[in-house]
Amino acid sequence: MELQAVLMAAGGGSRMMDLTYNTPKPLLPVGNKPLIWYPLNLLERVGFEEVIVITTKEVQKMISTDPKVKLDVKMKLDLVCIQEDADMGTADALRHIQQKVKTDVLVVSCDLITDAALHEVVDLFRAHNATLSMLMSKAHEFTETVPGQKGKKKTGEQRDFVGVDDTGKRLLFMANEADLDEGVVIRKSIMRKHPRMHIKTGLVDAHLYCLKKSVVDFLADNKSISSIRGELVPYLVRKQFSKSTNSPKVIDETHQNLKKNDSNVNLEIQISSRDEELLHLTQERSCWNDHRGDMSDAYHGGRLRCYVHIMDEGICYRVNTLAAYIEANRLAPKLFDEPAVHPSAVVSERCLIGADSIIGASCQISDKTSIKRSTIGVSTTVREKVKVTNSIIMHGVTIEEGCNIQGSVICSNAVIGRGADIKYCLVGSAQRIEPDGEHTTMSKACSA
Amino acid sequence: SSILHIAAVVVSGTSVVVYMYTWCLSSSIHISAVVVSMFSTIICGFLFLLVVKRLPEHVQVDDPAVVKRLAKKLERQQIPLRSDYGYKVSLFSHLHQYSRKAPLTQQLSIPSTVIHPSIVRLGLQYSQGIVAGSNARSVALLHAFKQVIRDYTTPPNEELSRDLVNKLKPYISFLNQCRPLSASMGNAIKYIKKEISNIPSQCKEEEAKTKLLTCIDRYIEEKIVLAAKAISKYAIEKISDGDVILVYGCSSLVNNILCEAFEKSRKFRVIVVDSRPRLEGREALRRLVQRGISCTYVLISALSYILPEVSKVFLGAHALLANGYVMSRVGTSQIALVARTFNVPVLVCCETYKFCEKVQTDSFVSNELDDPDDLMVTRKGKTQLENWQDVSSLGLLNLVYDVTPPDFVDLVITDLGMIPCTSVPVVLRVKNLDQ
Repeated sequence: MELQAVLMAAGGGSRMMDLTYNTPKPLLPVGNKPLIWYPLNLLERVGFEEVIVITTKEVQKMISTDPKVKLDVKMKLDLVCIQEDADMGTADALRHIQQKVKTDVLVVSCDLITDAALHEVVDLFRAHNATLSMLMSKAHEFTETVPGQKGKKKTGEQRDFVGVDDTGKRLLFMANEADLDEGVVIRKSIMRKHPRMHIKTGLVDAHLYCLKKSVVDFLADNKSISSIRGELVPYLVRKQFSKSTNSPKVIDETHQNLKKNDSNVNLEIQISSRDEELLHLTQERSCWNDHRGDMSDAYHGGRLRCYVHIMDEGICYRVNTLAAYIEANRLAPKLFDEPAVHPSAVVSERCLIGADSIIGASCQISDKTSIKRSTIGVSTTVREKVKVTNSIIMHGVTIEEGCNIQGSVICSNAVIGRGADIKYCLVGSAQRIEPDGEHTTMSKACSA
Repeated sequence: SSILHIAAVVVSGTSVVVYMYTWCLSSSIHISAVVVSMFSTIICGFLFLLVVKRLPEHVQVDDPAVVKRLAKKLERQQIPLRSDYGYKVSLFSHLHQYSRKAPLTQQLSIPSTVIHPSIVRLGLQYSQGIVAGSNARSVALLHAFKQVIRDYTTPPNEELSRDLVNKLKPYISFLNQCRPLSASMGNAIKYIKKEISNIPSQCKEEEAKTKLLTCIDRYIEEKIVLAAKAISKYAIEKISDGDVILVYGCSSLVNNILCEAFEKSRKFRVIVVDSRPRLEGREALRRLVQRGISCTYVLISALSYILPEVSKVFLGAHALLANGYVMSRVGTSQIALVARTFNVPVLVCCETYKFCEKVQTDSFVSNELDDPDDLMVTRKGKTQLENWQDVSSLGLLNLVYDVTPPDFVDLVITDLGMIPCTSVPVVLRVKNLDQ
């Protein structure tokens, strides 16, 4: 077998607590399908037949019992549960399933919605015998107004600095603004080997990684690494250029203990394959080099290589903030071609449903309603003379007559009273909005 | 085309009948006409089968029947068909032309189940040019086959000697789709298939597998590594102090010879000739300069200007054909031609496992077309040929190989010794006898 797929669905959604305090993040509805359906669909389309899904007990229970959560995928799902309160990072989770991992792994995050051609990422992994291969995309500005937030989104979010070489495929440098004290520090050994480096900041990391099996074994020995994105990937990128005898010069406090584990030698040994001699002979006889201008062999003789595929066009979103969630709901229908109005929905003739709206199963839409650019969830009741524009209505919501909902997110099982006027609000799960209430730019998540 | 064949047989048959009848009449031998005609058609039939060989499929791309047959074969083996790209120059429209931007893996499922992962990796490396060069491709192929053999288990009620050969057939089709097989790879595959078929049926699986793996290791050791050493030994005799040696492109064997000669303290300098679009000479230049050899670098357009300085020309070969022609990187025949004009000796270095039984006198019939987009070059942000597909009268041709006649080659250095070009069929005959 060539690759095993691992889906990380145990994340908490800490940046959108308003949405996730009642529904776990993997099951949030996007375009009336649970969020976890999108990466599973991607893996199925590409040809995977089984996936290891790492998730919490709560999600596993909801998948097996809740009829609204339908994951109609033909693949075999191997659900591995971890404790919710164990505070496991993604690398810890990978360490947890080390026994199940028999070949190289493809790690996907449950909040990834993309139509990327996965073969580009995997081809880099195969052709260059890489240790790590990942997917990134140019970030798009979010154009929709986020309910519950006044003013523009603050740009104080920590930026990622990604350095690639001239071809745009080899990953040379990766650091987050949070880890850098004064400025970007680039080692001389990198500059000597790759004198032209492009540093990009506007990239979205899709959290899709192809990792060699030896990396998973390496994780088992080094228990201090807990997050793939935060610690493992920068570590591997740095390791490409360190000499195996010297210890790396730039070390954070968190990596001090890694030095003690003699991890350099371990990783080098682990990534050497059998028939190393023949591979070396092939490279020696082949008239190909990945760079030119200096006297060194292909790949500068290094055995650890990290590659990245940066998508220019196409959809690639990580649904981990409210803005991303709303944007994803707009674009998700493009990824599957089911009819916009579910056949089991009861829609009366005198209502106006825009072409870019989605109506879920078993809905009841009454007369004289107008639904534009919105998503209506499963089993939702919309009474007469309601205007819904630019909003996301989740499952089981009841909207009484005469309401006007604009640019809002209404979570499951909420009840909007008669004549309410809601603009740019976020209404939490099972909340009630009083009749004739007027709310603008507010977040009503917890029960008052 | 089968109709044409039948018509040809009928025409030749009738002409032989007429000839023999008139001969009988003139020499007044009374043989019945029926007997004569039967005899002649039988002879014609035999001659026809002997003389006309089936052309390989990869040089008949403009024949839709052949293309359909190929598509059916690939479908049976569950391998995707790679579609041709771009306008092909009419003289070469019978060859495949693929684009590097459309790899075959686009149509395969990602954890590839039909094709062994190491073969998929090998196919990718071939199509992207990461493994290039006759020797490197053969070694990589044998390495991948070793992985395949290691992971192979005989299904119940099957014999390893027959089933393993059948398992290798789709892999070979896949690799052929990624990049047409080279002559050295073809010979290596023939050797492996023979070894697998010769495994006795009572041999246990583990034993058979270790036997095959050692066979492969021995083949590489003998035919590639030791052959290179032997060729270097012979070639170094031909290099004298003060020589100016001209090499073309990046031949692993020639680089090996020059490095060994330098280590044996021969004093010489090298002129590396290079050509677009591959510009492989840069890599040869790097390897030679790294060892300390003093080199000059020119493009092939400057060949006649520097040849007066040159004392010898060393060329590598992709394959040596049965009629003594040398098949090598495109441009080699030009080098040999101009060198002959300047009376500079041309020495071709080639291992015996690259000798093949094909006969070719021109570079058109059987060649390889590389990605035409490689010819586009971007200078100062402008690519002149960017929209070449829109210009209906423009075709881009990126040939990979050409054939050099034996009149231009003075000596062929092989691991069996130094032979003239015309002795290649003798070597082939001796090899066949051995097997």
